[in-house]
Amino acid sequence: MTGLWVTVLAGTGACLGLKVLGTYVPRTWLEKAKVARLMGLVTVALLAALMAVQAAGDGQGLRLDARLAALAVAAIALWRRLPFIVVVILAAATAAGLRALGIG
Amino acid sequence: MNSANPPDDASRQARGVAIRQGVSVGVATGLYGISFGALAVAAGLSVWQAQVLSLVMFTGGSQFALVGVIGAGGLGQAAVASAALLGARNALYAVQLGPVLGLRGWRRLLGAQVTIDESTAVAMAHSTQAARRTGFWWAGASVWVCWNAMTLAGALAGDAMGDPKAWGLDAAAAAAFLGLLWPRLAPREAQATAALAVVIALALTPFVTPGAPVLLAALAALAVGLAPARFFAAESEAA
Repeated sequence: MTGLWVTVLAGTGACLGLKVLGTYVPRTWLEKAKVARLMGLVTVALLAALMAVQAAGDGQGLRLDARLAALAVAAIALWRRLPFIVVVILAAATAAGLRALGIG
Repeated sequence: MNSANPPDDASRQARGVAIRQGVSVGVATGLYGISFGALAVAAGLSVWQAQVLSLVMFTGGSQFALVGVIGAGGLGQAAVASAALLGARNALYAVQLGPVLGLRGWRRLLGAQVTIDESTAVAMAHSTQAARRTGFWWAGASVWVCWNAMTLAGALAGDAMGDPKAWGLDAAAAAAFLGLLWPRLAPREAQATAALAVVIALALTPFVTPGAPVLLAALAALAVGLAPARFFAAESEAA
């Protein structure tokens, strides 16, 4: 089994395990601790970091290119309340178009 | 059965609404399974590996995170940890839904499997137990079917596409994360967390192994979460 399969299966097991684990936790735990608020913020932090690295990361360096323009287009599309799939396609088209023109 | 029993009518109507919501959420969410399939293959996964993620992991944010970290050249451990951290919110949904669904045995496993953002949202939008259960199962099942069919379509298309950059797929991944983030950004403290996380992730990128900046950016949540809530309340009043 290749390393990539190990990653895929370990990640899958962890995510499914967390879902199942949640069904065994009594609801009162959630109300006592401020877990819910913190968990919501962890989700926000991870998504923001993933977005940033995906938009400006280049291995262990940073690079500003067509991806940033594409992200700006995506932000405008989201602000205009366009559906998710349209947002993603517009971003891809922006980056692909700029690169076809030799920019970024 | 008859109009002489209004609570029954109302209940049936609420369940009908829950079914329609579940199916439409399923179709809408399923559509962007195409982008997941294509991005997974672009990151180096096989069609089967992409499909296993959609079939069993079945939680969009974590799936995008796992292939995002791999695509950026990160370690497998970092990819797994990012996916698990993002998937932790599903555990909270399962806690919330526990008393609503009241599942035992193999149904508990099945219910856990389709406990995601969408099924939880549709369930909790209703006020009766029956409508909540109906909404949960219809949304969960619809998303699962559509998400998997579209993942396969995207993965096969991605396989045939060649250079992912020429198609802007790397930019599409960034846009996908922004799209997942967007609906969560309304509270002022969420905006502060997101901004801090971006700064941490980018500042650490040159110094640590790929994948690690994303994990360390989770500390932004801790920093904001442990700050007094009134700090953010005051700020939003001033704004």
